[in-house]
Amino acid sequence: MTFFKTAFLLAKKDLYSELKTKQVLATMIIFAGLVILVFSFAFDPTNNTTKAVIPGVVWVIIVFSGVLGLNRSFISEQRNDTMQGLLVAPMEAASIYLGKFLANFTMILIVEIVAIPFLFLLFNFQMIGSIPYFILILFIGSFGFISIGTFLAALAANSKSSEMLLPLLLFPITTPILIGVVQATRITLTNMGKLSSALAWAQLISAYDVIFFVLCILLIDYVLEV
Amino acid sequence: MIEIKKLTKQADNKLILRSIDLSIERGETVAILGPNGAGKSTLLKVLSTIIKPSSGFIKINGLDLKKDYTEIKKMFGYLPHSSLLYDHYSPYENLVFFGKVYGVENPEQRAIELVKEVGLSFFLNEPVKNFSRGMIQRIAIARAIVHYPEILYLDEPHTGLDQGAISILNNVILSMKAKGTTTLMVTHDFKQAAEICDRIIIIKNGKIVDDFRLEERTLNLVTEKYQLQVEGVS
Repeated sequence: MTFFKTAFLLAKKDLYSELKTKQVLATMIIFAGLVILVFSFAFDPTNNTTKAVIPGVVWVIIVFSGVLGLNRSFISEQRNDTMQGLLVAPMEAASIYLGKFLANFTMILIVEIVAIPFLFLLFNFQMIGSIPYFILILFIGSFGFISIGTFLAALAANSKSSEMLLPLLLFPITTPILIGVVQATRITLTNMGKLSSALAWAQLISAYDVIFFVLCILLIDYVLEV
Repeated sequence: MIEIKKLTKQADNKLILRSIDLSIERGETVAILGPNGAGKSTLLKVLSTIIKPSSGFIKINGLDLKKDYTEIKKMFGYLPHSSLLYDHYSPYENLVFFGKVYGVENPEQRAIELVKEVGLSFFLNEPVKNFSRGMIQRIAIARAIVHYPEILYLDEPHTGLDQGAISILNNVILSMKAKGTTTLMVTHDFKQAAEICDRIIIIKNGKIVDDFRLEERTLNLVTEKYQLQVEGVS
């Protein structure tokens, strides 16, 4: 019980910090807005073939704005060595990981809630697929990406070039998730006839999520050790 | 209270702590002196579970540091060189957060009480980033004792403090001592060590080279012993 309580406390602290400083979330949302604008200039929204790029754009927004947030997640704890303050406190390293994960996951969900309707609006996208399935795919895809990303952000935080190291480590490991979610998103947005295929992708991503989430919980102790 | 046996810490083929044996009784206030790079701060970091020892064992209040670290973490307060405070948070927000992390009952009340104790009530809701070094150190002291610790680990706590802040810090240490708190203080300030400590430990090259009690609070004795052990002056 204490494990989850401290994790929620840490997530609340990070979100409250964000509310006060408005550094990370604002950057993520601005970045997402810029990506959408650039894509809307590059592709003619009135052209039907443009609709084919939307699943890709959705995940470009999530992945790149997610990396911006993940980078700050553990680096922010280096100022005044606050990470030491957490490490000497009666909490498990896994609890720190879970707290950071919850904060990062909440922030990426906020970015998705703001950016995706804006994307659909700007591209004049008429939804012919299923919204609940689309939300499910977004959820499991973001979960996997952020859980692995939070772990690697902790790993990269001690490096001098952490902002470069994180994407280098993150993209190869999350490639199976990204392939799966782009395929599943395309089906749930435009071609519900192939729903069984989307569900197969969703199962694969879920299995990947669970395996890596458990691995991250088990290994974080070694990563946070000085 | 603290039992250390054959403690060794090695990093990059360099022995930082060499087979340290140390026993500290409950309520003792112990100063750890030594030149730079002697291993004083590393000893505190090992005791405060930030770094893991290479070998040896540590028992605190009968609990094994390797196995029962979560229980042990509740017992001590740690004040390193850095403040461990969140810059954009006020003293109140910082102390309430750490109070909740340590499971303190009524952390809001405790935060107000501590800020008053360190003489910064007027700045209760100001962000810490606007504070001077001395003010930050006072809040850092409050953070270290927010959970009524039985043991205090202080790493050069007097560095950069003005006389007012030094006197507040000493009062906190002495009042904690009166309540039975054990204090381990790494310092280069012999005067403060002689004033508030009962026992002095001198570390050189990762080994304890002297360990004596201060029956009378004389600065001369500390300086003489230190010079003899560290600088080789007799």
